[in-house]
Amino acid sequence: MIHQFKLLDKNYLVDVNSGIVHEVDDIAYSIIELNAYKDRKKLKELYNKFDKDEVDECVLELEKLEKNNMLYSKYKEVVPKIKPTLKSMCLNVAHDCNLICEYCFASKGDFGGNTELMSLETGKKALDYLVRNSHGRKNLEVDFFGGEPLMNFQVVKELVDYGRSIEKKHNKNFRFTITTNGMLLNEENIKYINENMQNVVLSLDGRKKINDKMRPDKSGKGTYDRLIPKFKRIVEYRKHENYFIRGTFTRENLDFSEDVKNIKNLGFDIISLEPVVTDEKNSYSINKEDIDKVKNEYEKLCSYYIEKKKENDGFSFFHFEIDLDGGPCIYKKISGCGAGNEYVAVTPSGDIYPCHQFVGKEEFIIGNVDEGVKENSISNEMYNANITSKEKCKNCWAKYFCGGGCHANAYNFNGTFLEPYEVGCELEKKRIECAIRIKSED
Amino acid sequence: MKHIKQLNNKNLMDNIKNKGCGECQTSCQSACKTSCTVGNQKCEN
Repeated sequence: MIHQFKLLDKNYLVDVNSGIVHEVDDIAYSIIELNAYKDRKKLKELYNKFDKDEVDECVLELEKLEKNNMLYSKYKEVVPKIKPTLKSMCLNVAHDCNLICEYCFASKGDFGGNTELMSLETGKKALDYLVRNSHGRKNLEVDFFGGEPLMNFQVVKELVDYGRSIEKKHNKNFRFTITTNGMLLNEENIKYINENMQNVVLSLDGRKKINDKMRPDKSGKGTYDRLIPKFKRIVEYRKHENYFIRGTFTRENLDFSEDVKNIKNLGFDIISLEPVVTDEKNSYSINKEDIDKVKNEYEKLCSYYIEKKKENDGFSFFHFEIDLDGGPCIYKKISGCGAGNEYVAVTPSGDIYPCHQFVGKEEFIIGNVDEGVKENSISNEMYNANITSKEKCKNCWAKYFCGGGCHANAYNFNGTFLEPYEVGCELEKKRIECAIRIKSED
Repeated sequence: MKHIKQLNNKNLMDNIKNKGCGECQTSCQSACKTSCTVGNQKCEN
């Protein structure tokens, strides 16, 4: 299978089964586009447009690549090898929040239930559960999440201490991270986070008017002006490493490249901005009719990314970063997000869900920290819903870059883990094309 | 080659015998939390 595309004056061929990406001239691109490589009679059409010797020379190059399994390489069945072993946990230490973000999938922090903070005892049981069930895995990732985790920061600190006290005995290495809206950041907790958290995700949507409309505090006031100094302080303290400024874009800001520019101009250079995932009935949801606009905006962002890189003022955009040679192995690529198997979310009351996106939907509770996860069909269904089994993924050129998409999105929109969320797929494919285009500048 | 250049040379299917350790970061746990991408994860092996 070959995927070909043009982006910002360059042409590409992606050989899907080998993962080899070729940058090609117009002649090679046209040969493939016309199917003239396979049907040589069609080459005549190209002799009118290009020099005949050049076309024939190009065909020889294509033949050489095919011979070396770099073009039209055959599909090889790969059987999933990574066992469904737990290694990551989203610890919802606070089902409460000090913001009322318009699009919050956590229903303004409480996930549709009562506001609740996780007790130290429940948190310890969660870490114990993770340690006990991560056979054969050394690195364990724990993200303190919410609601807003800084609303229960004493428990966060005590859980980090607890994790450190048990990791050596069990030959584990906890990697703690925290995802915060930043409102409660102060010198004391900034220092603590920087000394104890491997990564910190700071929520900001970009331009003041966009951020303040979607991310107000409980009194309805905007938060941008209060957050920026705090975010600058924590990032400076971290020496501009191991953090993300992470935002959401919606139909309200389909010109979201301007928000990325705003964040970059504030001095932040590790950025992730993601399309909102919400019910399509909401006015700010991104729907099928918005796909072209969003794709166009990704192209603009791609140009900006390249421009800044050329000026030696580059930045990182999460979805444009791709490692074509040293990235994850084929087994990781086919196993996808890991929800319900290598990754779970734990609520303040100790319920275990397949991932944070399902929290609050009680039919998705797969266990609790006292009794563990029972043998259950949801986790098995998720494990088995991968790019080797999902029909739309099997035939998609982007499958080995994407990994099959988000299980929660698939279920929310299509009622099954086996059919990926179409808008998500389209945007993901565009982001991968942009990431490949950026690689050409290396 | 004159008409074609490669952005990478590592075939996905080569030398996979010792791969699949499962130590790499869970993709959704990194920064996104609302989407899944594996292409930008790092190999720990």
